[in-house]
Amino acid sequence: MSTLEQRAPAVAPSPIPVHLGGVRGGPKAATLRRDRWWVAPVLTVSALLAFVGYSTWAAFQNRDYYVGAAMHRDYLSPFYSPCITANCQVKFGPVIGSWWQISPAILILIFPLGFRLTCYYYRRSYYRSFLWAPPACAVADARPRYSGESRFPLIFQNVHRYFFYFGVIFNVILTYDAVEAFRFPGDGGIGVGVGTLIFVVNAVLLWLYSLSCHSCRHLCGGQVNSFSSHPIRYAVWKRLTPLNRRHMLFAWMSLFWVAFTDVYVRLVASGAIHDPKLF
Amino acid sequence: MTVTAEKLTETPTQTPLVTMRLWRGDATGGCFVDYEVEASEGEVVLDVVHRVQATQAPDLAVRWNCKAGKCGSCSAEVNGRPRLMCMTRMSTLPPGEAVTIAPMKTFPILKDLVSDVSFNYVVARQIPPLAPRPREADGTHRIAQVDIDRVQEFHKCIECFLCQDVCHVIRDHEGNKAHFAGPRFFVRAAALEMHPLDTLDRRPLLRHHLGLAYCNITKCCTEVCPVGIKITDNSIIPLKERVVDGYFDPIAWLGRKIRRKPARTPVTEPLAPQATAGANGPRPGRRSPGEA
Repeated sequence: MSTLEQRAPAVAPSPIPVHLGGVRGGPKAATLRRDRWWVAPVLTVSALLAFVGYSTWAAFQNRDYYVGAAMHRDYLSPFYSPCITANCQVKFGPVIGSWWQISPAILILIFPLGFRLTCYYYRRSYYRSFLWAPPACAVADARPRYSGESRFPLIFQNVHRYFFYFGVIFNVILTYDAVEAFRFPGDGGIGVGVGTLIFVVNAVLLWLYSLSCHSCRHLCGGQVNSFSSHPIRYAVWKRLTPLNRRHMLFAWMSLFWVAFTDVYVRLVASGAIHDPKLF
Repeated sequence: MTVTAEKLTETPTQTPLVTMRLWRGDATGGCFVDYEVEASEGEVVLDVVHRVQATQAPDLAVRWNCKAGKCGSCSAEVNGRPRLMCMTRMSTLPPGEAVTIAPMKTFPILKDLVSDVSFNYVVARQIPPLAPRPREADGTHRIAQVDIDRVQEFHKCIECFLCQDVCHVIRDHEGNKAHFAGPRFFVRAAALEMHPLDTLDRRPLLRHHLGLAYCNITKCCTEVCPVGIKITDNSIIPLKERVVDGYFDPIAWLGRKIRRKPARTPVTEPLAPQATAGANGPRPGRRSPGEA
């Protein structure tokens, strides 16, 4: 009986001669596509620039990021959580001393920003829409040279899993903030306001985004070759896989919602609107 | 279902004409040529191309075999998008516009719509095949179904090479062919790397010779795959993560040291020589000849 091992060829196959640089067919055009392939890059650029613009502005404001006991609420903007500098209005106690004079958000946003910047989905998005490498499928690259993620600085995309670890820590903190949002100091103790719901949705979306991450899927079970020998990791991997298919959806929803949560807190904290208590 | 006599004697409606704009030429040059041809309801692009060949251009070169999306022969660029001609229904294309069909841009042209895809066969020979662990005492290899389910997806590949065609790493940069395998072969490598019986570690090969890091995961390969393999999510990104395990993650390194797991045999060199740039080929990084 022949076996896979025994079937090894006696003589190594001779290589097929191939010369690169042969003449290609088709016209000398950047693309033959006639559909509106440019819509997706335009929308992506618009959305990401809007978020970066808003979050930068919000991070440098250094005010109206906390709705406290004076307003019978406990809402801390996710851009400023955990508020760990001495100049913070709230919570957690000063981990960073008074030498830190600028907005605490600058210190905090590095981690969520790094997580999203190295995220496999966002990489696809900004490579296409900002770097035009390529702008769309079957549309020529904008640059004559290309080395992908093989060299500095893009080789640092490989640190994504470490930002994922930090992302999980931030999710725990923002989940704590969502629980805190049920506190209504001086107004009955515990309740649910519109802001509470916004904070809960924010925490849920951030968890969904983190758990659907490709690195998470790999670390939890994807790196295993024999699932039958690792039933728990297989069970986790199997449940993360459907989430992973929706990673793009969770990436956009969580991005939008975290900004929306900051907007809401900012409006309530500045007195522009009142946060209605539902029950 | 019953068919009435009136239906049977009904005069057939006029078959609409479509304009097929086909690339005609070879390595010495070429141009698009328009053909006005009938297209019946339910036909696919390949049907209409065959009608052009049968009625107006008997010397038109077009490669095809099964007409069922199983052989991967009729790959071409329909209205600028890499597709199988046999799986592209005419009704899905914009009505009233010429249907543009060009050969795959990434590979050298042989004639008209036929490309020379032998680059792929060179890359295929570089990847070591499955090296299974020793058989069990009763002479068998036992695999649990859950262990093999994941790689079954990769075995659906029909080698149409549309993913290779659309991948900008080699589509727009001919020189990268010397050190980039392309999505089809990352699927192949993933099928081997994730195989429960395999004893080889192809990560050094993927990192240093097959150019995994050149992929910037823009997912075009997944978009064009006619059999629906999630190339990027299920093969390329998991391979990238495995390379991170091996080269960029100190915690994973420490874990390996502590647990002292038996290492798989690393593959550091490709099996066959890599393709080389021809005498008249472009230098790495230069644009391809077919590019504006």
